[in-house]
Amino acid sequence: MKNKSTLTISLLAIVLGILVGVLIMIATGQNPIALFNALLRGATGIDLMRGTGVNLRYLGEFIVQSMPLILTGLSVAFAYRTGLFNIGAEGQFMVGGCAAISVAILFPMPPVIHMIVAVLAGALAGALWGFLPGFLKSKFNLHEVVICIMMNYIGMYANNYIIVHLPGSTTTITANAPQTASLSSEFLRSITNHSRLNWGIIFLIIAVLAYWFIIEKTSFGYSLRATGFNKDGAQYAGMKVNRNIVYSMMIAGALAGLAGAISVLGTFNYGRVLSAFESYGFDGIAVALTGACNVIGIVLSGLLFGLLKVAQPLLQIVGTPKEIGEIISASIVLFVAMQYGIRIVLNHFKTRKKENRTIDTDQTVSKEGVKS
Amino acid sequence: MNLLYQMFPLALGIATPIIICALGGLFSERSGIVNIALEGIMLVGAFFGATASLFLEGSLGDLAPWAGALVGMIAGCLYSLIHAFASVSLKADQTISGAALNMLSTGLTVYLCQIIFGAQRSEQFLERFRRISIPVLKDIPVIGDLLFTNVFPTFYLAVGLAVLTWFVVFKSKFGLHLRSCGEYPQASASMGIHVEKMRYIGVLISGCLGGLAGAIMVLSLDVQFTVFSIHGIGFISMACLIFGKWNPYGCLGAGIFFGFSQVLSNYSGQIPFLNGLPSELFFALPYLLTIAALLLFSRKSVGPKASGEIYDSGKR
Repeated sequence: MKNKSTLTISLLAIVLGILVGVLIMIATGQNPIALFNALLRGATGIDLMRGTGVNLRYLGEFIVQSMPLILTGLSVAFAYRTGLFNIGAEGQFMVGGCAAISVAILFPMPPVIHMIVAVLAGALAGALWGFLPGFLKSKFNLHEVVICIMMNYIGMYANNYIIVHLPGSTTTITANAPQTASLSSEFLRSITNHSRLNWGIIFLIIAVLAYWFIIEKTSFGYSLRATGFNKDGAQYAGMKVNRNIVYSMMIAGALAGLAGAISVLGTFNYGRVLSAFESYGFDGIAVALTGACNVIGIVLSGLLFGLLKVAQPLLQIVGTPKEIGEIISASIVLFVAMQYGIRIVLNHFKTRKKENRTIDTDQTVSKEGVKS
Repeated sequence: MNLLYQMFPLALGIATPIIICALGGLFSERSGIVNIALEGIMLVGAFFGATASLFLEGSLGDLAPWAGALVGMIAGCLYSLIHAFASVSLKADQTISGAALNMLSTGLTVYLCQIIFGAQRSEQFLERFRRISIPVLKDIPVIGDLLFTNVFPTFYLAVGLAVLTWFVVFKSKFGLHLRSCGEYPQASASMGIHVEKMRYIGVLISGCLGGLAGAIMVLSLDVQFTVFSIHGIGFISMACLIFGKWNPYGCLGAGIFFGFSQVLSNYSGQIPFLNGLPSELFFALPYLLTIAALLLFSRKSVGPKASGEIYDSGKR
């Protein structure tokens, strides 16, 4: 019953978010059909306006864009399940990418091993960036949100410092990652008509399965969830709440770091100096909340937000400001945040339906139910 | 010393929006609502302020930036209404609502730029806030050179707002009510204070000041509005609020200090003992110091106790 209502809320939030986007487009004199056409084209390559058919390259690029979003979504969700808000996925993402490219450039290794070590280094760096907020939360009871925000910026400037000091770097980007460390794959490229689809997808699948397994199937995951539900209760039951907080933030950080690593070694193949956040971490919040922190929900909402991202340049081509994609994503999060209001409205309709059926007023019953 | 005289006006220029925005955050947090949307509110204020100033340049001349600041303030206030509605009326998680508003701000402002200006940035403005020197005061040795020469008039506005905030929050009945809502809202409610109303007011004032800060920032330090116009100053303001221990004068001092650390990155090459340090370190300094400050404060409770908690009138 509870799962059903969270699903309703997520779907309603998505519909309302798109509705806000459409209304803004109409109010500013844009054609909303362009939006839906761009979404369809972004996923499949089908363009109804110009009449082009399926192009697998679009599908490949769509998956490439969704991969880091699903991972940062998993990151935020993992912490959220433990009652923590990981707004630091942004910073963990950046240090993850930075560590991965550093290992790729500085330490030559045989193929495959190099790739795995570089990606794991990214996850490790992310875990380190998650460790500090978790540690300060458990030891000194400092709010993880504030520390995470600070860590985001420290991460960005650390990334910028390291990137320009790697051998072969210009003032804006590093040298290309050596072939041995790159995630790009001739095979995946060829089956998707030369998209940038890469081996990062293997790491993504492992991460998704690991998330599901740890949270749902292990006693560790159970104690994490218990900590999230009721910290004091979990403590009383003998669970190591403080330790759980640190581990949870570290695993969340590792997932975001992994996202950064596969983005740098797979999509770009080089590290970049960043003048501002790229918003992968913040989009992760959107993905996690819209997906209700449930593994299938996260994958689906990650794909949705990935789709909104790939649709953006396609919108810009036809003269529609691409930022409408961002407006829709943000509106969806806002509606998910307002779920209390949505629930009230939904319950209102439900009770009215029931009232029509029975003479008994359900409202008094439900009120008494709350009291007892 | 000459170098210091060069750096100080620049530092005060950056400090101004930091201080004003931090004061906004102070009102919100003292009422019990965490406002991490300050960055987004500043961006919205900056966009509407810059746009209004651009359109009014022809008719108002050098008063246009002031009109822009006013428009930015109103825009920020309206934008923060979403945060107030979500987190007070609908009991939304304040962090999530704030994060959503930050995301929305970049999309919304650049979208409107594309609609109004046909590009991802606004046109360049001709009129900006100009630096002034105060006639008599600038001749005072040392202080005159530091505080009264080549300074934006908005800095004095920031100082004035800090004093006003101190008076309102700590010396007036309204301030007492506001603070009580951030410490123990259930007790305030039992004394007949309308907690939800006070929190609405707190968030809306933070929206006003955040929008004002954004407009001032873009109209004094930039040549046009872009999505990078605020580049994290809203988050620095949050840090400033914490570093200043949720106190207006603390915010004033911390704001000047953080402004200084931003400028220091440009000048570190010319200062002998800072020569070898990377400029990134100075950009990261406010954030590093805030974490350190939080660690120091952690034993004592300095922040508003109920800040960030969803108000539940039935809770004991």
